Amino acid sequence: MSRTRTERLVNLVICLLSTRRFLTAAQIAATVPGYEHDPDDAKDHEAFQRKFERDKAELRELGVPLETGTASVFDAEPGYRIAHREYALPDIPLEPDEAAAVGIAARLWQHAGLAAAASSGLAKLRAAGVDVDPQATLGLEPMVTVDPAFAPLTAAARDRREVSFDYRVPDRDEPTTRRLQPWGVVCWRGRWYVVGHDLDRGATRCFRLSRVVGAVRPTGAPGAYRPPADVDLISHVARWSGPVERTGRATVLVTPGRVAGLRRWAVENASRPDGDLLVLPYADADYLAGQLVGYGPDVRVVDPPEVREAVIQRLKEIAARHDELAVAR
Amino acid sequence: MSRPTPRAGSRTSADRLARLLNLVPYLLARPGIEIAEAAGDLGVSERQLREDLELLWVCGLPGYGPGDLIDMAFDGDRVTITYDAGIDRPLRLTPDEALALVVALRMIAETPGVANREAVERALAKIESAAGDLAGAPVEVRLPGDTARVRELRAAVEGGRALRITYYTAARDETTERVIDPLRMLMVGGRAYVEAWCRRAEAVRLFRVDRIDAVAVLDEPAVAPPQARPQDLSDGVFRPSPDLPLITLRIGRGERWITEYYPCERVERGTGDEWVVSLRVTDLGWARRFVLGLGPDVTVVAPAELAEQVRAQATAALAAYATPAGDPAVAAVTQ
Repeated sequence: MSRTRTERLVNLVICLLSTRRFLTAAQIAATVPGYEHDPDDAKDHEAFQRKFERDKAELRELGVPLETGTASVFDAEPGYRIAHREYALPDIPLEPDEAAAVGIAARLWQHAGLAAAASSGLAKLRAAGVDVDPQATLGLEPMVTVDPAFAPLTAAARDRREVSFDYRVPDRDEPTTRRLQPWGVVCWRGRWYVVGHDLDRGATRCFRLSRVVGAVRPTGAPGAYRPPADVDLISHVARWSGPVERTGRATVLVTPGRVAGLRRWAVENASRPDGDLLVLPYADADYLAGQLVGYGPDVRVVDPPEVREAVIQRLKEIAARHDELAVAR
Repeated sequence: MSRPTPRAGSRTSADRLARLLNLVPYLLARPGIEIAEAAGDLGVSERQLREDLELLWVCGLPGYGPGDLIDMAFDGDRVTITYDAGIDRPLRLTPDEALALVVALRMIAETPGVANREAVERALAKIESAAGDLAGAPVEVRLPGDTARVRELRAAVEGGRALRITYYTAARDETTERVIDPLRMLMVGGRAYVEAWCRRAEAVRLFRVDRIDAVAVLDEPAVAPPQARPQDLSDGVFRPSPDLPLITLRIGRGERWITEYYPCERVERGTGDEWVVSLRVTDLGWARRFVLGLGPDVTVVAPAELAEQVRAQATAALAAYATPAGDPAVAAVTQ
């Protein structure tokens, strides 16, 4: 944008903020410097109209609330104005410690687009008179990373717009196309999910953002649905991948001085002549078996039989597969 | 952010218009501010700021006479806006700006053991209220963690002293004691870490808070050597380097999840349902425990050394179960 264009746009904003009447394009052209043209010359007039359209688009892009209306019932042509209360950032009386927190928040984004949005938001707060201490720290700062699907899915959830996207689950060979009314996006334990009404399954579903392949496509009009009242987005994700109660107890005999990983979560540890006897809390016998097999001959399961059998079965299969390999070589 | 990135040129010009509309209220709130200070605050050069002021000087209300134009008084290197022509407030936050600030604040407020959480929550409430309708950012954050442990470590790090920690290293399955000079604490991917100079490794290391089993604050101050700089973690905590051993596995359908959890260098279709995946590992001992733990649907393709270790370990473990005398179950029962 040339200096003249910037100047023209600043003057346009000031002019439309100062008027209570809607001003038509012709009235604006007669007032704001930079729009001078001959309305009777078709070519010249057309050039003005194009310029004015571009300028309006630029202002809307920036978030300037350009109102359209007519000054009176006798006017056929639409006019424009900017209502100050719609334009202006409301007063935000931030205490110094609050301002420091916002300053820190603005620099956490690792995603370029969101980082730019955060810092332009912060610039507006500064312009509103907020002073931000750039040295402030909270002692522990999260790095905020998001998947590419984050921006389009949050926008769709905000606008209540149906979307479709391709979704790859690792144990399926090909991605499938899913159609969703997104209710919201959730960060749970450092991973991002979208929760909503799955239009093909006819039920509530969560999708992991990292599994979305390619673009998220908005497919419907804004305001097309209403998420259930008081929906607790987190609970949908947490129920799906939440923590488990370790109520089982397994007893294993381990080689002294080894198997540090298991010792850390043992609830009992007794030294015996043939090794250390650990008691391990567990939830799922098969999952525990995997952990134990990892230690090879340094761990032997004493009890319960279901874990012991699961371990032996796994060891047999692993040995068989790798024996074949040794023979083949 | 929800639009494709505009061309650099148009971005710069939109940025300038946004900056100019901010500049008047910014200066209005700080009468007599030094131009250098304002430039630093706004992230532009002094020269750029002076050009911006010159441009604003010729803008104003229709009529564009001396009393209509934006006016300012200069006093040496200081500037005061004396007439704002109606742009006395910055523009409202856009939906993207509100989202970026609100989500980042929610993220901080949810971080276990963060300092001054109460101020973060107050700031969040005020930003949400200023953003109005946009505040209902459809984003929720939950970062469960051991708040007490993080708080204890944060206090230790802020104390500025060296720490002796008992640390579990999963790569070698060992617990060691080491003295560290902390640099900072951070949260990546839902996990808390202490980044520190490790005197044992003589390098900057990340220590996962949930693997620090004990902490003792030492009398000596934390003095990391000058070369100890925080690492760039924007690509994640584990950045596989090409000098680490590369392992190649054939995996069944049920084990494909590992491609989501570990950075894989190659993922190819094998025969049938099988995939062939290659990944870098810090330690072959870790790889052995990893492969054995994955289960029967995984076969080591390379290196041969790893395949042999897996076979030998599985065979040795089976042999122990097969020997009645050495059967711990029998021993346990007969005691």
